[in-house]
Amino acid sequence: MAVIKNNSAIKVHTKHLLGIQNLSIIEAKKILNEAKSFIKLNRSKSKKLDVLRGKTQINLFFEPSTRTQSSFDLAGKRLGADVMTMNMGNSALKKGETLIDTAMTLNAMHPDLIVIRHQDSGAPNLLSQKVNCAVINAGDGRREHPTQALLDALTIINRKGKIEGLKIAICGDILHSRVARSNIYLMNMLGAEVNVIAPKTLMPKSIEKLGVKAFTDMKKGLDSSDIVMMLRLQNERMQGSFLPSKREYYEYYGLTSEKLKYASKDALIMHPGPMNRGVEIDTKLADDINVSLVKEQVELGVAVRMACLKIYCK
Amino acid sequence: MKEKIFINARIIDPSQKMDEKGYLIVGENGKIKLIGKNIKKEKLQTTSEVIDLKGNILIPGIVDMKAFVGEPGFEYKENFRTLSQAALAGGVTSIVTMPNTNPVIDNVSMVDFIIRRGRDKSSVNLFPCAALTKQMQGKLMTEFGLLSSKGIVGFSDVNSTVQNTETMARIMNYASDVGVLIMQHAEDYDLSKNGCINEGEISNRLGLEGIPDIAEQIIIERDLTLLGEYSCRYHINQISSKKSLNIIEKNKSNGKKFTVGVSINNLSLNENDIGDFKTFLKLSPPLRAEDDRFALVQGIKDGLIDIIVSDHLPEDEESKRLPFAQAATGAVGIETLLPLALEMYHNESLPLNKIIETLTINPSKILKINKGTLKVGSDADICVFDLDAPWVVKAEELKSKSKNTAIEGRTLQGKILMTFLNGELVFNKK
Repeated sequence: MAVIKNNSAIKVHTKHLLGIQNLSIIEAKKILNEAKSFIKLNRSKSKKLDVLRGKTQINLFFEPSTRTQSSFDLAGKRLGADVMTMNMGNSALKKGETLIDTAMTLNAMHPDLIVIRHQDSGAPNLLSQKVNCAVINAGDGRREHPTQALLDALTIINRKGKIEGLKIAICGDILHSRVARSNIYLMNMLGAEVNVIAPKTLMPKSIEKLGVKAFTDMKKGLDSSDIVMMLRLQNERMQGSFLPSKREYYEYYGLTSEKLKYASKDALIMHPGPMNRGVEIDTKLADDINVSLVKEQVELGVAVRMACLKIYCK
Repeated sequence: MKEKIFINARIIDPSQKMDEKGYLIVGENGKIKLIGKNIKKEKLQTTSEVIDLKGNILIPGIVDMKAFVGEPGFEYKENFRTLSQAALAGGVTSIVTMPNTNPVIDNVSMVDFIIRRGRDKSSVNLFPCAALTKQMQGKLMTEFGLLSSKGIVGFSDVNSTVQNTETMARIMNYASDVGVLIMQHAEDYDLSKNGCINEGEISNRLGLEGIPDIAEQIIIERDLTLLGEYSCRYHINQISSKKSLNIIEKNKSNGKKFTVGVSINNLSLNENDIGDFKTFLKLSPPLRAEDDRFALVQGIKDGLIDIIVSDHLPEDEESKRLPFAQAATGAVGIETLLPLALEMYHNESLPLNKIIETLTINPSKILKINKGTLKVGSDADICVFDLDAPWVVKAEELKSKSKNTAIEGRTLQGKILMTFLNGELVFNKK
């Protein structure tokens, strides 16, 4: 990755973080650089800063989430913001209030940041048109999950020193995955070569147009890859006859130490969580600290979200 | 009514293969009295009202075979009055109205209501469709015979499709005897489930579930197979893809008799126009790839597609200001139907006469109504337009009650100047 000498000199032109697709390479690098500085802080004894003191951050979660929600929550608090998390499962929306109405209501409380997760693709975009503050997408439908891709990138950089020139394989339910999409855009942007691997029924039509090579065979798709990103297989997909059974899926697409041998010798494994052990990944492999970056992903997630909050909060 | 003489008109009437500079005389009875360049001076009465069209084009009033009127049940989206104002401003004098109102038009008393109400409140010719199946649920056929006798011109479940093959077979079998027009929306629900837009790169990028083009193709193939067995009057409301067109070509060249429509939206927009989740471009059938759009235009040229419809579908703002997947489907379009269609003339994709044909005589033939022509003796429903005048579409200037146009801000070339209904001036752009 190109060295950026004066990170604060780079201006972010977009007001909101809606997706990697809307991000320029220089903006992505700025976020990653900023995040690096928070890694140490998060490991130190005193983790609190005051860069967002007096700012209000609202986390608006329309979909259940554990790690992303707590990660944003902590990130805001560590920067000194007042953080309010709203789980919208049992809110006014159930009483018929529309997303726009909710947005207007919250906007009237003058937040500085709204972090939104929504089951509908494009919901953060709609929200951003109606509020005055910055909107950060914490995952929308199957469209994007930009902070996940950024934290994945940071994790890779942390271990491999760079992304440019790496071979990255993304394996699993590509069709329904926002994580896959954001990672495809970001890893491509940062100069990696991206393979996607999935059974035909979980592979979106014309995925190649996003700049990847598509494989149905793990052996070919993993060939000499440096990073293997496994995706969560949502159990509800099993009933829609996307796949014959968990057993068959594990046989052909579950990552085991045998299949990992197809990848390059020092390949590392990532997973955005939560994991289905024994479905998409062998449980021992998932916990093998020599190859699995799963814990590091979670750790660096906080740093990346701190960077995003800091940069986008105006 | 005083007799009217149109002079200096370029008259285009595909029903008579006419495209010439000439006169048109509308008699006192509101019917076409004389037409063409060879009208003798002595036929002209000195007492007549003379309308100088200054070289502008005069065509039969447009027949729009698919429009939604909000009455009854959705008056806040559109009503007979606003729909007819929008139609007349677009040169449309005959509208085929869809039965997906609330209650659904699937029984005789509803037909009586809509015909009476339409007569009282609207100022265009209305040709109501009734539902193909009761409550448009795709299960039980409606009373084709009784409803036709009450003035129903066609049967359609609008944007719903009869999924069950046996039901469809029976409908077509029964209809083949009664002689009614069956208008099908081709969509296989299992394949299109949860879909919002065309399946492909754009749906991947926007993270929206896609509707594959084969969802349309498979129903067309099924119905055309049935048509081989039960030859009824069968019309496909709107096709959207190249694949469908290939099936249609194959079947038409095998001699099967059926007709095909396309929405002006699918001819002038593609999936890329959806941009950043523009819900006004959420349509059914969805906008597809540029390849498909191009093929559809070619399909008109080759005569595989018979008619162009506005698919006028008014939706209030609240139904559209939602995340894309939740937003309502459809766009208004009756007022911009002709000007938008003229784009295909200006960009040299289609001859002008072909465009007019698909908007006038072709729908009239399918419906078996005496409209869309300027033959002597027919009703003097007339549209006059300036072929070249440029203008910009502005939602707030549209006459429809709902402003959900898919072409906001688009510069069009071709402006409706006057519309006449039975010889009376009913719209005048001043």
